[in-house]
This record gives sequence, structure tokens and C-alpha cells, in this order.
Amino acid sequence: MAIKLHGHPFSAATHRVIACLEEKGLQYEFLHIDLSTGQHKKEPFISLNPFGQVPALEDGDLKVFESRAITQYLAYTYADKGTPLVPQDLKETAIVYVWMEVESQKFDAAAAKLSFELVTKPMLGMITDDSVVEEHQEKLGKVLDVYESRLAGSKYLGGEAFSLADLHHLPIVSYLFGTKTKALFDARPHVSRWCADILARPAWQKVVEMMKH
Amino acid sequence: MAAAVKVYGPAFSTAVSRVLACLLEKDVAFQLLPVNMAKAEHKKPDYLKIQPFGQVPAFQDDSITLFESRAISRYICDKYANQGNKGLFGTNPLEKASIDQWLEAEGQSFNPPSSVLVFQLAFAPRMKLKQDENLIKQNEAKLAKVLDVYEKRLGESRYLAGDEFTLADLSHLPNGQYLVSATDRGELFLSRKNVERWWGEISSRESWKKVVEMQKSPPPRA
Repeated sequence: MAIKLHGHPFSAATHRVIACLEEKGLQYEFLHIDLSTGQHKKEPFISLNPFGQVPALEDGDLKVFESRAITQYLAYTYADKGTPLVPQDLKETAIVYVWMEVESQKFDAAAAKLSFELVTKPMLGMITDDSVVEEHQEKLGKVLDVYESRLAGSKYLGGEAFSLADLHHLPIVSYLFGTKTKALFDARPHVSRWCADILARPAWQKVVEMMKH
Repeated sequence: MAAAVKVYGPAFSTAVSRVLACLLEKDVAFQLLPVNMAKAEHKKPDYLKIQPFGQVPAFQDDSITLFESRAISRYICDKYANQGNKGLFGTNPLEKASIDQWLEAEGQSFNPPSSVLVFQLAFAPRMKLKQDENLIKQNEAKLAKVLDVYEKRLGESRYLAGDEFTLADLSHLPNGQYLVSATDRGELFLSRKNVERWWGEISSRESWKKVVEMQKSPPPRA
């Protein structure tokens, strides 16, 4: 199979890429990288991602790492397959770029920390640090206030159509919805509406199913 | 006639300088409009209309308003594809994938620890704020690990994404400049042979030298 995704079933970044592959209806082989034995820090994986992190993607001879670079590669290369995830128009694309960076630079900074404390640590038998949770819930709240304004005037973050700008949020939003942080999203009606919409997408439901098995 | 492209924010801001470098590489004329951060102009309602997070830069071109320096840079490369440095964002999908990969690496791995160090070591003293020694140590260690990966990569490749200078390299200039020229931790870069070679090449580009000059000049009057 031409497309190979090297990743881990519990990795949010891996889910980000799977969501994209499923939206595009692409065939791919999933290769499980065993994080517990440090497989991600050794050859042959480290040649795919010198930072020793999952995921990494192969498409024929091409190798790409960084989930948000992989999704952009897939969205552009397979533009006419499945769901369009990036616009054709230059100005619309610019707006999608903006909100992709907002996810990457603002949302993820607070949300991924919360996911680590509230989801990952308990999974690994570690103790949640409540002061870190409080600090980052406050930060996330401020970010979500901006989202609330944005989504009051726009169906999706990038505009009227679902795009990578929304998709990139799915893994961490999904994890946080299983924690007390869900309250932050519920408290903001437009954010809440948007979350329900994107989480209900069939492609994302496939990722959720995969996680159960 | 004043240039259509407007950048809001001071040249000394790392994120603003990222956009300026991109505009200069692409030979795009622009106006740099001041935002008085000392007077919290960036937190006032008029500014929040164009940048809802209250940060610099904000950017306007041809009826479009944008923010987030890396998004602005990508847009500039798309819109002005046929002028200036034409390969800055790649000329085919394979090149673009490699550039996006290293641009993401900059944003996810290089930027967080280097931003903390730039703030703690270059800005905090100027703002008469107390430095956090623990934070400095932690982030130095993180940045060192990232630069070890860069050292290996830059031994195999002239620039991060390949043989040519691209947006991926450019994105490192703002924080790199402060670290190397305005702090005593420059040896993080300069003690790594390949990183040092790469830093020398990218920071001596005409476009970056112009940005550094702009950072030294007094800001334009409002």
C-alpha cells in the first residue's frame, strides 16, 4: 500500500492524521509504534522523524512528519478525493491558515497540557497536578472566548465550510470532552455547537471506533 | 501612493519581524504601522477588531485582515508567488511538504523553548522584570535537544527543508537573532558546527539584515 502511517493508537497527533485520511477516504496501512519500548526513539522510526515523535507518514518515496504538515500534504495532494479540507480561493485559504495557526499556537498550548494532566497521567498511573489544571483551564477559557466570538459569525473556524482548521482540534477536544474541562466548552453556546458538529462527523466517529479496539 | 500591505506592530517583536522578513524576501512593498504596546494599545477595542488575541502583528492586504505570523507568511508566499524569492514556499508539492514539516517543527519544537529564553534573557531585563532561573535552565535543556536534531539534519542538508532557503529557515530568524546577538546563550547555536554554518548563512541574507536595521531604528511616528 502506498500510504503508510506510523503512529500510536492513543496519540492525539496520530488521530489528527487518521481523521484526515478518513475524511479523504484514502487507503492506508497503520503501523503501530510501541512507545512503551522506546521504538519511537530508535531506528528505523527515527529516520522517519528525527525528533522521535509519532506520527510519521510515508506516501511512496515521500516521508513526512509533524501531524499538521502531514494533513496539509494530504489535503493538497488528494484535493479531489473525499471531503475538501482546504479552499481553492486564495483569500479563503488565508483565513484557514490563520485558524490552523491559532489551533497550533494558542489552543493546543493550553488544551494539550490539560489533556496530559487529565487523560494521559491517569492512564499511566501518574498523579494529576491540580495547579497546572487550574492555570491551563484559565488560559483555555480565554482562548475559547475568542472562539465564541468567531463562531458566532462563522459556521466553522475557517469560514462556512469544514476545513483542516477545525479538523486539527478533533483529537484534543475529544479527549477533553471526557474530563471536567468539557464544562469550558459547554459554557459557550457557539463553541458547544461547533464541537457537537465536528465530533459527529462520520470520519471522526471511525477514529473513535478504532480507539475502542 | 501608500503601499496596500499594512503590518501593525513594532519591528522588535519576534512575530512582527517574521512577517517583515517574508515581505522583504518576496519584494512586497508595505507600510509598518506602530502599535504602542507600552500604552497597551494592542489590548484596546479598536485593535482587538483586527487581532482578537491582542497580540502583534496584525496584517491587512487587499481587503483581507490576517493574524498569526506564520499564517501571514504563508499567505504572502501564495499571493506573491511570482515575485521575489519564488522558491520560498516551494515550487511543487514535495518541496512544500518538506517546508511545512520544518515550519511545523519550528512552531512546535523550536519556538516554545527559544521564546521563553528570548523573553527571560533579552526582554525581562529591559522591562526590569525578575528572571526565573529554573525556567531558563529547563528551556535551555529543551532547546539543546532540539538543536541536536538540527545539527544532524544540517549536516545532511544545506537548509532545513532542502538545498534552498525557505520559509522554514526564515521562521527561525527572529528568535535566533535575539539568542545569538542579545543574550549570552548564543553558543547554543555557535557551538554546533552545522547549526553555526546555517545560522551564518540565513542571518546574513539581505532581507534579514534590513529587518535587523529596522529593529534598531526608532519606530515610525503614529
